[in-house]
Amino acid sequence: MEQPNLNYIDQLAEGDIEFREKFIEIIKNEFPQELIVYKNAIKELNTIAAADIVHKLKHKFNILSMKEAYSFSVIYEDELRAHKVDMDKDFQLILGNIIDYLKTI
Amino acid sequence: MNCIIIDDEEAARLIVSQLCSKVNDLDVIQDFGNAIDAIKFLNQNTVDVIFLDIHMPNFNGFDFVQTLKNSPKIVLTTSDTNFAIEAYEYESIVDYLVKPITKERFEKSIQKVKNSITQQPKILTQDYDNQNIGEDLYINIDRRLIKLKFNDIQLIEAKGDYIEVKTVKETYRVHNTLKKIKEKLPEKLFLQIHRSYIINFTKIIDIEDNSVLIERNVVPISRSNRPELMRRLNLL
Repeated sequence: MEQPNLNYIDQLAEGDIEFREKFIEIIKNEFPQELIVYKNAIKELNTIAAADIVHKLKHKFNILSMKEAYSFSVIYEDELRAHKVDMDKDFQLILGNIIDYLKTI
Repeated sequence: MNCIIIDDEEAARLIVSQLCSKVNDLDVIQDFGNAIDAIKFLNQNTVDVIFLDIHMPNFNGFDFVQTLKNSPKIVLTTSDTNFAIEAYEYESIVDYLVKPITKERFEKSIQKVKNSITQQPKILTQDYDNQNIGEDLYINIDRRLIKLKFNDIQLIEAKGDYIEVKTVKETYRVHNTLKKIKEKLPEKLFLQIHRSYIINFTKIIDIEDNSVLIERNVVPISRSNRPELMRRLNLL
């Protein structure tokens, strides 16, 4: 499975440790919250709310250099807007992978 | 140059802010997590550039752009490429950055902004107070010209081939169009909030999501007119 990394952030940081740490702090805070929002939306079968949060999450995949996850999310967001939740299981694997990664940084 | 950043995601704001910090003559004055707070800020402050996320809850980037008069230069930031065509319908939008934004692409964007500022023709700003307008309007009813003070008019409603001009005391039915009467009204006082309604902005009692209360009249607000109404409000 594709692994997240901080290559993009490091490129932008150009050695700016404060920026790097600030970003890590924000993503460690935002990501788990967005994960909960997503899970609740799926649980309630609110596919539009789920699509909205997938839209946000896919941007984070981009930042974490996860091109495959981003492409997957683009399709999944459209599916959700068509009220289809079949891709949820695979999407949750991606989210779980990121949660594990965030524990390491 | 100075700029503000509008994006509902803190991580995205931090990234744009970092990119801005690499540009010598660009200062980030403030960043905003929603468009409404930015509108309040822009009612009292001037900026050269706005970095604006399109996809935000409640009030998206295009709604925001429509609220701006004499708009600063706007650079859209988005993870979707789908909005590019719509974006270029707005003169103030000079570039469209797809996330994740690289340093090289951001620098190109800054150059575009600088070029557009240099090439910008001098625009006359609208000064309502100096408009050569009187304080009243004459309407023709049964061959009689009736004088109405602008301040007395509450709203005007289109009804087929007629318009109804409502004042505190009376409603006048006139054979005319909303478009024509709009041209005769001072913009400072009046605002079209729906294809069938122009309201006297100073007579608003309160505003709910999709309607305005003027005296006892509940007037609908259309989606396309809502941004301009929001811009005109002195929001706290």
